[in-house]
Amino acid sequence: MSETMHRPLGGPILTKPFAILGLFVLIGGYFILRRFLFGMADVSHMSNGYPIGTWVVLDVVIGTAFGCGGFALALLVYICNRHVYHPLMRPALLGGVFGYTLAGLAVMIDLGRYWHAFNLLMPWYAQINSVIFEVALCVMAYITVLWIEFWPAFLERMPPAFKQHFGLHKFQAFLRRYMYVFIGLGVLLPTMHQSSLGSVLLIMGSKLSPLWYTPWLPLLFLSSALAMGYGVVMLESTLVQRSFKLPSEAALLAKLSRVAAGLLALFLVVRIGDLLARGQLGLAFAGDRYSFLFLIETALFAAPIVILVSRRRCANARLRFLATISLLAAGSLYRLDGYLLAIDPGNGWVYFPSAPELMITVGVVCLEIMLYLIFIKTLPVLHGAHKVQQ
Amino acid sequence: MSFVDDIDLASGTVRNPDSHEGALGGLTRREFLKYCTGVAATLGLSSFMGLRIAQAATAPQRPPVIWLSAQECTGCTESLLRAYHPTLETLILDMISLDYHEALCSGAGHQAEAHKAKSMQENWGKYVLVVDGSIPTKDGGVYCMVAGKPILETVREVAEGAAAIIGIGSCASWGGIPSSDPNPTQAKSVQAVLPGKTVINIPGCPPNPYNFLSTVLHLLTFGKPPELDMKNRPRFAYGRLIHENCERRPHFDAGRFALEYGDFGHRQGWCLYKIGCKGPETHANCPAIGFGDVGEGNWPVGIGHPCFGCTEQGIGFTKPLHALADVKTFSPPTAFPAVNSPKGKGVTPAAAAIVAGIAGLGVGAGAMALRGMQDEAGKSSQETSSSSSSGQH
Repeated sequence: MSETMHRPLGGPILTKPFAILGLFVLIGGYFILRRFLFGMADVSHMSNGYPIGTWVVLDVVIGTAFGCGGFALALLVYICNRHVYHPLMRPALLGGVFGYTLAGLAVMIDLGRYWHAFNLLMPWYAQINSVIFEVALCVMAYITVLWIEFWPAFLERMPPAFKQHFGLHKFQAFLRRYMYVFIGLGVLLPTMHQSSLGSVLLIMGSKLSPLWYTPWLPLLFLSSALAMGYGVVMLESTLVQRSFKLPSEAALLAKLSRVAAGLLALFLVVRIGDLLARGQLGLAFAGDRYSFLFLIETALFAAPIVILVSRRRCANARLRFLATISLLAAGSLYRLDGYLLAIDPGNGWVYFPSAPELMITVGVVCLEIMLYLIFIKTLPVLHGAHKVQQ
Repeated sequence: MSFVDDIDLASGTVRNPDSHEGALGGLTRREFLKYCTGVAATLGLSSFMGLRIAQAATAPQRPPVIWLSAQECTGCTESLLRAYHPTLETLILDMISLDYHEALCSGAGHQAEAHKAKSMQENWGKYVLVVDGSIPTKDGGVYCMVAGKPILETVREVAEGAAAIIGIGSCASWGGIPSSDPNPTQAKSVQAVLPGKTVINIPGCPPNPYNFLSTVLHLLTFGKPPELDMKNRPRFAYGRLIHENCERRPHFDAGRFALEYGDFGHRQGWCLYKIGCKGPETHANCPAIGFGDVGEGNWPVGIGHPCFGCTEQGIGFTKPLHALADVKTFSPPTAFPAVNSPKGKGVTPAAAAIVAGIAGLGVGAGAMALRGMQDEAGKSSQETSSSSSSGQH
């Protein structure tokens, strides 16, 4: 873990893209302030018919799936012992740290009575049959675990005198010795809550179109989250490598993309097989809004498999990038459909996020990118230029 | 048709309604305690208070009551005669000592008047005065003379020594029918002719007898009137609008109204607001306790007639029967939306622009990234600028 092959990128932090991102964060911050001063209705279009809006769907459900890079890679690197992928680990972890921490922030914005949130931690109020309760506790625990997993990056950066003064070298030794516990937790916890995010939809019943509603929702959410985790690692690596002119990790990514393709294949087999078993596949060709969404989704899920199944195409950076984008779009659309677009609460309820609601989400995402940029420039996150695997 | 056998009478299974016991409603100790507990519940008190009410009601010294009738129709008394738990007889024979009541006292003329005077003298400061009917004040009150005296004077006289004064019925509470325009006798409420005194008002035309009985028993038990509102009506009975507890309220909220008598909605038992029900502006507990002791739903609105607001000054006998009520809670729109009409907020131009902007940015950034990659695939040493990383995640 700490072979110090990782190093800070350096370079100026206040670049032009950074300033543009900052502007969006400020706009988002303004609306967040309004939400806390004047209440939800001031900024949001959420209603009794649609109590789950953009903040939960984009920032939490899709956001944590994007944050699954660390989880997915840890599974591959530490559980399956594929240490070739280790250079990708820290950036993936960092993505997870921000994906999840800001998902937590989004939940606090979304909770109507956020000041009651601490009651989640009171064992005497625990409702252990609630899926949402499991998600809440699990996500809180995982955010903590992610920061602990990421902590060595801070420790490596600190001047030795500082560490000496606060006795942090002992902490560093402790982390080095027991990191396997946190890595274990870091694989266990997302398995729990990423599948639970699918279980949440089980309560929707007939509100959710039968094309999405299935008892297999937990498995579908888990497998697509893992695939998205690999997708995010590939996207991140490609963009960062190109933006900052780092040596290519193409060989690693090509291998990784095939793992993701395998997961997508599993996803599609389960999904289509389940639709066949339930006799609902006909709905996919009904020609209505739901069938349209389902077909787009399935096409996006299938496209990466078609691209990545051949080794020649897999080695092509352009096609691989397209496959990655398609994969991430498929997973995001699947979540968006399951939580919003394929839901009909009945009684004529309609929902489309309001502009302030969207700007808060945009602000949160921009904040995430800004923090990511700061961290990779100042902390040893990215794999150094001097050593390239293979 | 079956007849009551002597054997049934002897074994006590059937009580002869004409006997003394039957006339008292056949009140056994158990039934009496149940009644008192029921009164406590009506008053919103703890059920333990039922015992205190029972003690108060059976105290050896029954509190004397003097009942004066002014411009009235005896409807309030008729209403009380139809109370069955207990019957009025139980009240006036066992619980209170009704020393004077024009319609109910056995004596007449000078004898009755003398008895009233004697009772007032003996119980000065302790008796309860009940008045039904409004008090005419024009021309010195000559439009209602009892025993050769204007009732106005009698009321003022008797009120001087009363421990508590109850105005029963809308006439006594706020003037009622006699005070309606053009009010030829300048009829006024009891409170209006007794400035400085507290008159407990039990409005209604007629009022529900149990509101009166419960108030009396509260007085007997605690020696003070129940909690009153700003118009001196007991809160337990007049604290809420009829509209708030009406069994037809869900129809109001859903916009299902009867539009004329006998139409589909009327036969379905829908809300009567649009045919003039005054429930939304009238305070009373009618929907909660009903009338006539024949079970749930037996009150004007329950049987399909709009409330005409008898308990409320300015509504009953004043507003036309078919005029729409002024809804005190919230007014319904003139046209209700259908049950499945669109609710919630949909897309706004700004939101659509933001979504389109994000989509455009995504496609643009993706295209930029791809263009660079083609160069890479062609082994060109050219590297594209770093701008493609912004705005996308």
